[in-house]
Amino acid sequence: MSFGISRIQLEEGTSTREAFGEALAQAGSNLNVVVLDGDVNNSTFTKNFKDEYPDRFFNVGIAESNLVGVAAGLAGCGKLPVVSSFSAFLLCNAYDQIRMSVAFPNQNVKLVGTHAGISIGEDGPSQMTVEDVALACSFPGFTVIVPADGPSAAAATHAMLEREGPTFLRCGRPKVPNVYENGDAFLVGKANTVRDGDDVTIVANGIMVAMALDAAEGLSGEGISARVVDMHTVKPIDTSALEKAANETKGVVVAEEHMAYGGLGATVAMTLAERGPTRMAFVNIGDTYATSGKPDELLLQFGLTPDAIMDAARRVLKD
Amino acid sequence: MPKARTEDAAELERITRTLRRDIVIATSAAASGHPSTSLSMVEVVSILFFGGVLRYDPKDPHNRERDRFILSKGHGAPGLYAVLAEAGYFPADDLTTLRRLGSPLEGHPNMCRLPGVEASTGSLGQGLSVGIGHALGASIDELDYRVYVMVGDGESEQGQIWEAAMYAGNHSLDNLTLIIDRNGYQQTDSVKNIQSLDPLDKKLEAFGWAVRDIDGHSLDEVRAAFEWAQSITGSPQAIIANTVKGKGVSLLESDPAKWHGKPVPEEDKDRALEEIGA
Repeated sequence: MSFGISRIQLEEGTSTREAFGEALAQAGSNLNVVVLDGDVNNSTFTKNFKDEYPDRFFNVGIAESNLVGVAAGLAGCGKLPVVSSFSAFLLCNAYDQIRMSVAFPNQNVKLVGTHAGISIGEDGPSQMTVEDVALACSFPGFTVIVPADGPSAAAATHAMLEREGPTFLRCGRPKVPNVYENGDAFLVGKANTVRDGDDVTIVANGIMVAMALDAAEGLSGEGISARVVDMHTVKPIDTSALEKAANETKGVVVAEEHMAYGGLGATVAMTLAERGPTRMAFVNIGDTYATSGKPDELLLQFGLTPDAIMDAARRVLKD
Repeated sequence: MPKARTEDAAELERITRTLRRDIVIATSAAASGHPSTSLSMVEVVSILFFGGVLRYDPKDPHNRERDRFILSKGHGAPGLYAVLAEAGYFPADDLTTLRRLGSPLEGHPNMCRLPGVEASTGSLGQGLSVGIGHALGASIDELDYRVYVMVGDGESEQGQIWEAAMYAGNHSLDNLTLIIDRNGYQQTDSVKNIQSLDPLDKKLEAFGWAVRDIDGHSLDEVRAAFEWAQSITGSPQAIIANTVKGKGVSLLESDPAKWHGKPVPEEDKDRALEEIGA
């Protein structure tokens, strides 16, 4: 059975960036929240906050280094700064400012990178990030969250604001099908088992969660029972959910919209290696940049599909 | 919020000698560190902390109404520590723990470990942006504190300084004062030879700053410059403090490129302290 990219029509549901923007505007009733923008607020949806709370909104311009430094200073005054830009420009342009002015002094700054992954489509690889989760995880003390859909992106936005400490929230451009209902529980660092199963576990985050659910459905037609774990928090990772998966199923597939190095797959592998041998397989972009193209074409081209997850599950289960 | 203010010129001069002595002794004890970039900033920080400019309380270092001093040129840490000790943030005896394991007086300032340090710095170019954040915080909270940021002239080769300068100028942040400790040298050569900033005053003016050029070792000129800065409304202010790298220690002054990041050798220490006169 082939699912192609069936459920990932990228037309239904809400984009995680839009859900973040709506949740952030709601959180604006907290007078401590200030929002900083690198002049992309109509793309990141921080415009919603800007329209409601213009006095606490700062468009710092196309200058990400200064953007992050200013946010660090506001955090030093006890404010709760949320900095948003394209993930590529925020993390890659301002990497050292995040390191020196946010991570090292442990400032309570929330960084929200949108247009992450390759599913942004036609704008091409300069605007995409295949490496942002690795970069965010590289900062000691950072929390790194990759929500699966609109409802969980909204919940993650509120959760990160309530949690003290520097955080990176990764959002995407396209609409994604809902995995959750609005109001479903979301706890930072606590994975959600969104489908039970006892043959194989698919650990996924971001748009790969919906694909993993499709893959699990497909695998069930082959008599394979697949568990799907939404590992929305890459750091700190939910070690107990992983140990449970490794103990209770025969292998683990990790699926992410990210390059092979330094992301969810690497983190899961490192965690499970401590426990002992686990059969594993990985679905990711590999060690490459993408190209321009339609989002669904790119996902197909770079191997981010339910079919690819099903293949990986079969590999894991092969004697 | 109190100000430590002394009008007594002799007392201020005594303070500058104490800071210079502490800088030389601490870096020599550590056998590493940057005394020369610390020595060039002494008069500026002396007036800032003891000449009635900065409002601060070492017993209440996080008071939200305090004025802020951010040392962006983080390798000037020995100078910052000397002035913080003199101000009473910690005992002066601790200065000789500089750079030692367990000491909060790290090689470059760490705000999480030492009260009075407003920003962790050391990767150059970042302090002015952090200062802008604090300056914006004052307007959000309707507080009247002021923010002082010191950068080096070599540090001003960093692009982020100019991103920040453009923002502060465009947004008329008049509670923000930038001090450029223009000691003329960076690690391997003079700033002029590597990446000249000239005309620095005109560049800053073009970015919307009020600018004043002073002798950064004249206590009178430094005091007058801070009084001038406080009187300016509608734009941020930049004080270009023309200084000498290694000021007060002839050995360090003699070859600034050679002595960047090097303490006074043990055999030259007594002579250096004699020259300082403390």
